[in-house]
Amino acid sequence: MARAFTPKVVTANDLLEGDVIYLAANDSWTRDHAEAELIEDEAHAQLRLLEAQQQALTIVGAYLADAKAGPNGPEPTHFREDFRRKGPSNYVHGKQEALANV
Amino acid sequence: MYKYNDFDTAFLAERNRQFRAQVERRIDGSLTEDEFKPLRLMNGLYLQLHAYMLRVAIPYGTLNSAQMDTLALLAEKWDKGYGHFTTRQNIQYNWPKLKDVPDMLDALGKVGMHAIQTSGNTIRNVTADHFAGAAADEVEDPRPIAELIRQWSTDHPEFQFMGRKFKIAVSGGEKDRAVLKAHDLAVRIVKNDAGETGYQILIGGGLGRTPMIGKVIHDFLPRADLLAYIEAVVSVWNQIGRRDNKYKARIKITLHEHGIEDIRARVDARFALIRPTFEGFDQALYEDIKAHFADPAFKAGPTDAFDAAYNSDPVFRAWADTNLAEHRVDGHAIATISIKKHGATPGDASADQMREMAEIAREFAYDELRISHEQNVILPHVHKNDLPAIHARLKAQGLATANIGLISDIIACPGMDYCALATARSIPVAETIATRFDDLKLEHDIGHLQIKISGCINACGHHHVGHIGILGLDRAGVENYQITLGGDATWSAAVGERAGPGFAYDEIVPAVERIVHAYLDIRQGPEETFLETYRRVGLAPFKAALYPEAQKKVA
Repeated sequence: MARAFTPKVVTANDLLEGDVIYLAANDSWTRDHAEAELIEDEAHAQLRLLEAQQQALTIVGAYLADAKAGPNGPEPTHFREDFRRKGPSNYVHGKQEALANV
Repeated sequence: MYKYNDFDTAFLAERNRQFRAQVERRIDGSLTEDEFKPLRLMNGLYLQLHAYMLRVAIPYGTLNSAQMDTLALLAEKWDKGYGHFTTRQNIQYNWPKLKDVPDMLDALGKVGMHAIQTSGNTIRNVTADHFAGAAADEVEDPRPIAELIRQWSTDHPEFQFMGRKFKIAVSGGEKDRAVLKAHDLAVRIVKNDAGETGYQILIGGGLGRTPMIGKVIHDFLPRADLLAYIEAVVSVWNQIGRRDNKYKARIKITLHEHGIEDIRARVDARFALIRPTFEGFDQALYEDIKAHFADPAFKAGPTDAFDAAYNSDPVFRAWADTNLAEHRVDGHAIATISIKKHGATPGDASADQMREMAEIAREFAYDELRISHEQNVILPHVHKNDLPAIHARLKAQGLATANIGLISDIIACPGMDYCALATARSIPVAETIATRFDDLKLEHDIGHLQIKISGCINACGHHHVGHIGILGLDRAGVENYQITLGGDATWSAAVGERAGPGFAYDEIVPAVERIVHAYLDIRQGPEETFLETYRRVGLAPFKAALYPEAQKKVA
């Protein structure tokens, strides 16, 4: 039996900056995981991934990452995606640095 | 040190011009990512978890102060103020922007450095003994051979799109400080019974998911045959190495599947074919390169200032005892600068630290620096009387940690804090182990003990050959760490033995502590190192210490 589909977000890296980005429901790319579109349907997920992959001038390496609904929007379920969302744990660099400077 | 000639400079400028145009074509859409990726990789540019990463080669770990200053400039101008020295004598920048990379490469080009073939399925940066040219036990300086190999392998038309990467190391010391037996091909400089210098060739070593110890394919080659022989080895592997499965593509698998006799026969046949085409140009080039590596004008003079500081300053004495190695010239020492301050990221140096090391090299150390595969920086030639002043300067920059070869001198790959391939973090594990044993004040009592940590099975952190190896994995969505014991990265190389089930992130440091306490309990005295104890008693007592619950069940 095929494994049950779990909710996903489309994520990639920005072509110029290289940082982690997520596809939002309005087709824009966001740096905030909570603003990503949480995709609960498998066919829709594949479609959104294809749409993302076509944007070769904006992004690199789009893929579907597991996520779950949270109080403020989608949250990662795996520690790898959590690190991608936040940044490295040895310095306050990456997304956490950007957030601290807001 | 090797200085680029007009050809080298023009070659690199042209290559950088090409890459700049490739980046522009990627950005304007003329190149797809699939087309661009092999091009950027061949120029050292990766895309990691949070950003691009530029891996710059420090060929055979040798650099001068101007080059170190440029590494600092890159860190400050285009990155976040630091760089990460790797286990293959490279430096990695974790935060460059795609548009800036061509400028970074041009800046490197001005001081004769590049990022060519630091990635991709090519012959990678040639590594060497980090004490090359200085060690008391050296047969011959390995750097001229390493430079010859660098020039030969750079843009070698036959070896640009191989089945997999190919790593070469060269060492000329009696002791192996370059992990020769873990390389695809290693050149070991030796003397025969007649007192002649020659080259022993090993192939098929490697770590990764299938760790193998290299085997000798040729005992003694004269210099005139060396380059042709290496070319024959790479050529044979490039033809018969597997391309159906990237995990079986490295030469260690080819060797394992064909056997050393078969490979040797194929290499001999290939060598016979190509040797006549090496008509002596390589030998002339070698002589030219060798002249670049002439000794500096070593200072003479007393070592009274060193002796006075050694006898009066316990902090200096502790540093001298752990961080200095024997130099071949009287009155001199090799000083290793620890890039492993307790609690800091192994191998990370700030721009300020790099500048200070460059300045020290300029003032005191004949303008020479080395990077070790153990992720430290070395001043290869220092007159002993300059060491107290050097130590004071290092201390002011947080660079005077006295821990070389000790438990906190940990090799750690970037792991999941940066690397897209990683399955778990390495850096915080290394930081916590170092801090813990520093708090316990046990480090110097424990003595020589190498911990090596990798954040995935690709083993960039050399965990297989650590006395204590730690491998971070993803077990059902949680970080989990496997321990191996008894690995050895020297000429008596051995792959560590897996101790048993893995440990969770918050259990791994206590587990290492239990191993170390077991060692302190069972060693025959402070002279018996961890590895010697392990070889004497085997895995069992350490396993008992690691898994006390399992022991209770058995009892």
